[in-house]
Amino acid sequence: MKDDSVKHPQAAAEFLKDRAQAKWHDSAIWWVRQKRDAQAKQLPEWEELRRLAREIKAHTLSQLDDYLAQFEANAQKNGVTVHWAADADEHNRIVHGILAARQVKKLVKSKSMLTEECGLNPYLEQRGIEVVDTDLGERIVQLRHEAPSHIVMPAIHLKKEQISELFHKELGTEAGNNDPTYLTHAARANLREHFLTADAGLTGVNFAIAETGGVVVCTNEGNADLGTSLPPIHIASMGLEKIIPKLEHLGVFTRLLARSAIGSPVTTYTSHFHQARPGGEMHIVIVDNGRSDILGNEDFYQSLRCIRCGACMNTCPVYRRSSGFSYSYIIPGPIGSTLGPSRDMKKHGSMAFACSTCGSCSNVCPVKINLHEQLVLHRKKAFDQNLLPTGKKMGLLAMRFLTQHPALFDLGGKVMRKVVPIIPESLTRHSAWSRAGRDLPPMPAQSFKEQYQQRSQNKKDKQDKKDKEEQQ
Amino acid sequence: MQPVPCSSLSEAPRTMKIGLFIPCFINELFPHVAMATLELLESLGCEVEFPLQQSCCGQPLANNGDSKGACDAARRFTGVFQQYDYVVAPSGSCVSHVTHHYDWYIAEDPAYQQLKPKVYEIIEFLQDVLKLEKLPKPVYFPHKVSIHQSCHGLRELHHASPSELMIPYQSRLENILKLVDGVDVLLPERRDECCGFGGTFCVDEPELSTAMGEDRIAQHEATGAEYIVGADPSCLMHMGGIIRHQGKQIRPLHIVEILTGRGAGA
Repeated sequence: MKDDSVKHPQAAAEFLKDRAQAKWHDSAIWWVRQKRDAQAKQLPEWEELRRLAREIKAHTLSQLDDYLAQFEANAQKNGVTVHWAADADEHNRIVHGILAARQVKKLVKSKSMLTEECGLNPYLEQRGIEVVDTDLGERIVQLRHEAPSHIVMPAIHLKKEQISELFHKELGTEAGNNDPTYLTHAARANLREHFLTADAGLTGVNFAIAETGGVVVCTNEGNADLGTSLPPIHIASMGLEKIIPKLEHLGVFTRLLARSAIGSPVTTYTSHFHQARPGGEMHIVIVDNGRSDILGNEDFYQSLRCIRCGACMNTCPVYRRSSGFSYSYIIPGPIGSTLGPSRDMKKHGSMAFACSTCGSCSNVCPVKINLHEQLVLHRKKAFDQNLLPTGKKMGLLAMRFLTQHPALFDLGGKVMRKVVPIIPESLTRHSAWSRAGRDLPPMPAQSFKEQYQQRSQNKKDKQDKKDKEEQQ
Repeated sequence: MQPVPCSSLSEAPRTMKIGLFIPCFINELFPHVAMATLELLESLGCEVEFPLQQSCCGQPLANNGDSKGACDAARRFTGVFQQYDYVVAPSGSCVSHVTHHYDWYIAEDPAYQQLKPKVYEIIEFLQDVLKLEKLPKPVYFPHKVSIHQSCHGLRELHHASPSELMIPYQSRLENILKLVDGVDVLLPERRDECCGFGGTFCVDEPELSTAMGEDRIAQHEATGAEYIVGADPSCLMHMGGIIRHQGKQIRPLHIVEILTGRGAGA
């Protein structure tokens, strides 16, 4: 779980202190964005796919209750037990209930941001159940006792040297061996051990199909398949927005998902789960945890279309230079910056301001969520709830007043232009404009308005003179 | 309304009037950009008036969530400019706020709805309304320039094809620079990444904003260009602040200053 007291500006400034690491982080993630571009370019119908994806999701959300009921009925027909959780706590209680009743000692998990959102790991660990994250990136951050810094590449903030050091300490690999293949093999051997000894497996859900009652999980490492095939119990945790109506709609999303996420044409494993393996049992936990409230909000309901590809993070110039840990909500970047404040403005309000409103996220989004606009709409909420820092609020109220009184605005401008050039640099050096290394613009002697008025006067004088001469 | 070139005004049955919209910070800090815009329009035969009662369009207020302030500013703007046939400004971001975001505040106002399609960013106005095929006086600008696509001009006004979208490439700034002799137009790597200005973002998160600006300037410098040329003075101001602080050679320049032939004096 993340520390929700994190404030973006301070956390970002801290991250940027190591400029070399920040530059590396930016380039590593930009490389993924470029891979995404190359893949998207391969499909002449890319923009059409985005339009379709948006429409399918918009339609589904408009009748979500019907599709959820249909999904539940069909899943039950397949022999799957369906549970409903109103919030994170209920989700955790349900999962723990299933595991405790069957004396589960070890649970293998295939990456699920939802269980991060619900804080499932600490909940189960406190109750004596060992939880092993099996996605490599997720495993790395678990061993470091960190939250994921990205929803698709959870350990993207780490260099291979840091991982080598971690594995040496935790898994007994050779000190100083930074070879990625060597390290991956070591992690795999360790994970195999856990797969074989686990009593239950938990996966997330990428798509739930109302028509069939089946769920689809996309992974690149096959860990969802191992985690559900070896132990006898499979629990799938899904947010209630994961529904799509029919199997035929799935192709639209699977074509967009991997390309948007990591720039590959498909995920290595796109696994469909319809029922428990022979002799086993399968449970699906459908979680609300604030989603119904977002669905009911006309400004923000679009965010429920998200398919969690992470493309908005990869394209976001702010995320790339500040890392996932500078955001307080479990999901960082543009999508997290709308979901977080939707959940709790007081805790996650600073995320809505961690954005230059460049709009790249809205353009890259495979389901066309108006992300950058949503962030501005959240700022409206923050202002209305009086959550802006006092200085900023006063500044805005002054600006509001001056905007309605142009003469005073002009006077303010004039004073600025006269005063700024004579202020000693020692006084401006620590201002928010200058402290990070920007000089103030040169102050012109006259505003445009003054120049324009003078120009009009000169013209008039000339005309008057000419008229006079003509009269004479 | 059918676009009628200003140059054909002599034949037009009535006089077409352009209201010059000069965003507040341009008025105070970049009067030369405003003057270049005015002179360019006049030299193309347009009748241009600068209404003195205008003030900020309200974008900083809107971007920080002050709905009331944004709403009042939008109504003021509508009142000041509604009498004009066209409203033109040398700032993509401010124009985009008026044409794309006022609907959040005053969508119900019929005067605004009437005004909205008449508000143009200067390059759009030159290309779409005046259908400019040559500059009023020939301009020779034998320099390498790196194009800075500002985010709102790019993604809200569609000045160019954003790199995220899989659509055919076009660029208004590149197209209009073809009218200038001698200029060598270059595109930076990451052709449309944000410079980090972002309105009050630049003072909310100065370290991050400056880091973004430094990276952006480095990308422009890597093209070998002498000038960073854009259509948004705010981005140019931000990058200019970093450039001056670091004593770099490359210079920010508003595209209108090149089109009027006084680019090197910026």
